[in-house]
Amino acid sequence: MNICVKGIIFDIKHYSINDGPGIRTTVFFKGCPLRCWWCHNPESQSRHEEVVIRERSLDGRSFTVEEISGRWVEAEEVIREIEKDGIYYDQSGGGITFSGGEPLMQPVFLLELLKMSKERGYHTALDTCGHVDETVLKQVMDHVDLFLYDLKLIDAEEHLKYTGVTNEKVLKNLILLSDMGKKIIIRIPVIPGITDTPKNITALSNLLTELNGLDRIDLLPYHMIAKSKYQRLNMNYKLEELQEPSLERLKELKEVFEGIGMKVTVGG
Amino acid sequence: MNNRISKLREQSLRAVNRISAERALLVTEFYMSDLAQQVSIPVKRALTFKYILEHKRICINEGELIVGERGPAPKATPSYPEVCLHSLQDLDILNSRPKVSFKVDDETRKAYEDIIIPFWKGKSHRERLFREMDQAWIDSYQAGVFTEFQEQRAPGHTVLGGKIYRKGFLDLKDQIRKNMEKLDFYADPQAMDKREELRAMEIVADALILYAERHAQELEKLADGEPDPSRKAELNELAAICRRVPAHAPQTFHEALQYYWFVHLGVITETNPWDSFNPGRLDQHLYPFYKRETEAGTLTKERAKEILQSFWVKFNNHPAPPKVGVTALESNTYTDFALINVGGLTSDGKDAVNEMSYLILDVIEEMRLLQPSSMVQISKQNPDNLLKRAARILKTGFGQPSIFNTDSIIQELMRQGKSIEDARNGGASGCVESGAFGTEAYWLTGYFNLTKVLEITLNNGFDPRTGKQIGLQTGDVTSFTAFDQVMEAFEKQLRHFIDIKIKGNNIIEKLFGDYIPVPFLSLLVDDCIDNARDYNRGGARYNTSYIQGVGLGSITDILTSLRYNVFDTTKVTMAEMLDALKSNFEGCDELRFDLVYNTPKYGNDDDYADQHAVSVFNMFYQAVNDRPTARGGKFRINMLPTTSHVYFGSVIGATPDGRKAGLPLSEGISPFQGSDKKGPTAVLKSAARIDHLKTGGTLLNQKFTPQLFEGERGIESLVQLIRSYFRMDGHHIQFNVVNADTLRDAQKFPEKYQDLIVRVAGYSDYFNDLGKDLQDEIIRRTEHTEF
Repeated sequence: MNICVKGIIFDIKHYSINDGPGIRTTVFFKGCPLRCWWCHNPESQSRHEEVVIRERSLDGRSFTVEEISGRWVEAEEVIREIEKDGIYYDQSGGGITFSGGEPLMQPVFLLELLKMSKERGYHTALDTCGHVDETVLKQVMDHVDLFLYDLKLIDAEEHLKYTGVTNEKVLKNLILLSDMGKKIIIRIPVIPGITDTPKNITALSNLLTELNGLDRIDLLPYHMIAKSKYQRLNMNYKLEELQEPSLERLKELKEVFEGIGMKVTVGG
Repeated sequence: MNNRISKLREQSLRAVNRISAERALLVTEFYMSDLAQQVSIPVKRALTFKYILEHKRICINEGELIVGERGPAPKATPSYPEVCLHSLQDLDILNSRPKVSFKVDDETRKAYEDIIIPFWKGKSHRERLFREMDQAWIDSYQAGVFTEFQEQRAPGHTVLGGKIYRKGFLDLKDQIRKNMEKLDFYADPQAMDKREELRAMEIVADALILYAERHAQELEKLADGEPDPSRKAELNELAAICRRVPAHAPQTFHEALQYYWFVHLGVITETNPWDSFNPGRLDQHLYPFYKRETEAGTLTKERAKEILQSFWVKFNNHPAPPKVGVTALESNTYTDFALINVGGLTSDGKDAVNEMSYLILDVIEEMRLLQPSSMVQISKQNPDNLLKRAARILKTGFGQPSIFNTDSIIQELMRQGKSIEDARNGGASGCVESGAFGTEAYWLTGYFNLTKVLEITLNNGFDPRTGKQIGLQTGDVTSFTAFDQVMEAFEKQLRHFIDIKIKGNNIIEKLFGDYIPVPFLSLLVDDCIDNARDYNRGGARYNTSYIQGVGLGSITDILTSLRYNVFDTTKVTMAEMLDALKSNFEGCDELRFDLVYNTPKYGNDDDYADQHAVSVFNMFYQAVNDRPTARGGKFRINMLPTTSHVYFGSVIGATPDGRKAGLPLSEGISPFQGSDKKGPTAVLKSAARIDHLKTGGTLLNQKFTPQLFEGERGIESLVQLIRSYFRMDGHHIQFNVVNADTLRDAQKFPEKYQDLIVRVAGYSDYFNDLGKDLQDEIIRRTEHTEF
């Protein structure tokens, strides 16, 4: 196969230890069908290259630098970067995680990378929001060892309000993966007053008890660190005043999901 | 820790460093005596040793379970005028310097003024050394091309093996006598030298036994006056221990540790050897005693721990001997480098981890003392559990233990010609130095400023700071048309300065062999007795002299920048670059920004940069490795800086990597501060690019914030990260786990952070004791890792 498959990514992070087993490299795809209010990777939303304004200082003098977020790259180039850490995957039982953005928005590129990873014997994980056509998911799922499946809101209208899309595909695809016996870790962003309402938590619990193959639930507490990223990108941040969830609240939620027999971690 | 230990620990932490004239006066008295003029030099040194141990004050601290102090009290530090003579000005500096002062009382100052200085002026080793060095050596030394370890301290750098746990000093005396009988005055032209050396060894063996007896007598005196019956019994028991060891082989755990401690005192009383004498594989040496006694019910785990803790305090009571001259003012560190080894392999190649390994780690965690320092040896055979235990201690931000690759150490030692058993009985000492414990004299001879040599190359052999032509004329770099010409010129220059260093080393080794033999250390290190040859004259089974390369990250970044900016992208000409350096980047902010942010750097797993690390390393190796030393050993390289990267940076102007004049260089084989941007996996890959097995140790400092250690996941990942590095033959890795705000606060309010220990570079030190520049550097490093 010598066709050159290209995609757009915005980062490759090494020594990623919270995105699947072992020591991993995470490839961040650019472009996402959702617009979650709390998104902490706003640079991942657009499928296009974007100019980022960054202040860098040297000896107290500050320099304004324009950086481009997003880079069109060939799969071959990405795999060369991934391969550099082969010894760490081998030693730790780690591998590659495809995240974003939404990797499934670039299915041909993703599939190529998944195949190349599997050829090299690497464990693969796919971090997805699930808002994708079933056919696309079916194309790639055989090459994915672990799904990191993001689940936010069960109520369709609220999902639409806070993410910009309805959750019909999200829920359907989750059930599909579960029925196919795929290994899944559910990731729930804990956004105070939005995803952690009693109503949503109950609905999530009800859904999750129905599913097979769930490895674990990761509760991902809301972080305020994204604020400066929005400023750099000149984007509007809707959660200006929102506080991070308290440790007690996280503990309560952890207990709720443990109560339905799940293994739960906080922070992934 | 119990009340007794916590009191001893407090006493040690609170004790004030002071200079004691006791040893210097005794040495002077003996050197003035008639007897001293009548005997050979080895015997004179032995009698000096004996004279000190006969006359020095015996110090026994309240409640302690291991007895013996080098000086008259904890942290009362002797001086060694025969090696380096303190001037009155040195004493005044030491007394008043803000960092780690050594108090000098009027009586001590007067003893120096009236007796010590008048006798030793012109006779000390240091003065002899500087008289013997040629102009090229002096110029290079003053330019900061290299440092000289043996200029103020005697060669040491050896670690004790397992011998003393099997043999008493009376057994060693038997061995000496047998060798004496074998002397052949008809056929062996060295028979006389050998006899004098063996005589000297016999004298020092008796001296240490006598010294222990003096402790026994003092302990009995204390027991007589002790009202508390349990301490009274303890004092009597300690007296009995001092009568058995070191004369006889130890029978108990307690005897084994007390024996070692007497031996330790002997070594650091005989001279002021660099720097790392310690029991080495302590878990291996103690385990048989521990096992036997706990099984027999004569020792509990708690008691064993208490004795060990008391032993730990003894190390901390002994700061490094104070320096003289400019280093007395500037030196950032006054710890010695005893590095207790835990884990590794047995001499027959099996997993050596035992119960004692974990007990020692418990002690390290509880005591949180600067000295002794500690490390774990990790072989592929050792369980992850040991590594996890070590990681949990590291997480507390204490900087200990550091982590070593046993399998690499063994291969390094075997490559140098050691037997596999001797290699397996070895480990690392000092900062990171590989050695065969009990059988090798491996001397560190000085740091070598690789980056300075490159600066001199860029100036066609001229040193801009001292304004002298000290190197070869290797060509005007502005006329070079290819990058390879830079490398060629550098290599010529490097060989030139290595030759100067090696010539100096060979003279200095001979000076020590001739004037300051060490019969006591020779008793301890095989095969000095059987060779009837002094440790300082090549009597050990293996003799190695190291030159330590410093600034690998910096020189790699500089070469990379020249290749990238001058030759490949031609962003600037060589002349423009040199002008910018000359002006310390004055008015060249844009260029400097590009050099710092937009030029490939070492530490990012990028071949473009890392290839230069490999080239420089190989050139350094070729220039040094396998060359013969004056005492019949071999020169080798290792890559570690202690704190010399700060000094070495201070003598170098601005550099093409964007570093401004005078700032510190990179340390060990770590990337330059702040230039590794791809995380730890990339740093380790870059660091593993050079062939660690061709060294006798490399130092890699990895800075972690506590967050990365969080949870089982954090610890597990760290374990796998280390294992991966070791699979790539990485020699050593250490972790600094602190955050920048804490450090900044500590800088502002030092009083709040008296116990804050940070990993500096191969060893830990109190943050408050570091100079401001080093503190700043550690803060910068820390900041970089936070996110």
